[in-house]
Amino acid sequence: MSAQNPIAYDSKVEGNIIFTKVDAAINWMRSNSLWPMPMGLACCAIELMAASSSRYDISRFGAEVMRFSPRQSDVMIVAGTVTYKMALAVKRVWDQMPEPKWCIAMGACASSGGMYRSYAVLQGIDHLIPVDVYISGCPPRPEALLDGLMKLQHKIMGEHSVEDQKRALVETI
Amino acid sequence: MTSEDAAKLLTGQFPNAVLAKTDFRGEVALTIPKASLHAMAEYSKSELGFDYLLDISSVDHFGDEPRFEVVYELCVLESGTHLRLKASVSEDELEIASVADLWPTADWHEREVFDMMGIRFAGHPNLRRILMWEGYPYYPLRKDFPLEGKPSDVPDVAFTDAAPLAGGPFVTAPTDGITLVREPRARRPGDQPPQEQFIAEP
Repeated sequence: MSAQNPIAYDSKVEGNIIFTKVDAAINWMRSNSLWPMPMGLACCAIELMAASSSRYDISRFGAEVMRFSPRQSDVMIVAGTVTYKMALAVKRVWDQMPEPKWCIAMGACASSGGMYRSYAVLQGIDHLIPVDVYISGCPPRPEALLDGLMKLQHKIMGEHSVEDQKRALVETI
Repeated sequence: MTSEDAAKLLTGQFPNAVLAKTDFRGEVALTIPKASLHAMAEYSKSELGFDYLLDISSVDHFGDEPRFEVVYELCVLESGTHLRLKASVSEDELEIASVADLWPTADWHEREVFDMMGIRFAGHPNLRRILMWEGYPYYPLRKDFPLEGKPSDVPDVAFTDAAPLAGGPFVTAPTDGITLVREPRARRPGDQPPQEQFIAEP
């Protein structure tokens, strides 16, 4: 078992047994069942819908379960122009999502305000909530969204939440 | 009934209330004092049959007095007759009578005018902002409000920042030049002003 290979197989022990770290197992489960909160606010939402259609099939990456309740979601996909009026609702939904949670800023508007340099538009959703992956494009094609999703999966695979908890526990003792 | 007929009937009923009448390509507009707006609107609806209020818009004549103007677009659905009523509102007394009791659609139109221009409507059932968030301190469609917005911060509610407009690709140049010079291009501070250049005919 090494850093590159998070699981190991020992043929001398019984079959159907692998050795791994708890972190690696948890990350593997989390990254392959990312339930999105679709925050579709503009034309990017059309590409988000296309990404779940059979041609692109976001379910290949375990993220097909669009949850319209923030309490069941893992990743918020902010797809579209965030106006200041809508920003209040986006933040409220984000606050209701349980940890661990991630955020994908899909498209130019969600990332930076895009072409809307205006009094009415929030200049990037990262002013309000922490963003893990930015996807460029106006709007991005479904392939770009899938690429961003894979980038997020890679990021999750590098997390060590249990290790951090254990270290924090040791430090308190 | 044509727009001309409707304007005549309305002028006959309120002879002192019509300050000016313009007729542009069949579009008739009556300029009226804001005090008689509600009575004239009521007469137009009940007697002249203007059963549909198409739109309420507002104009900011920045630098002039009175500064604001509220424009009502009336319509008879059956015949398609239009009539436009214009009422001036001065900056010192930013209030005009609501017509939401006559046409329910005026509710949201008036809320939009209030949100964007800051003109209050007396007797409106629910005069709140409709496009910007509740508590926003400015009226963004006024001429003295910059396109990029102003920073604001209402604690525990929301905040806004000025959008980074300078150097962006959507800034027009205020010149009298040809479209190619005026149209939106990326311009950074310190750049030379755009020059008119010779363009060969294709």
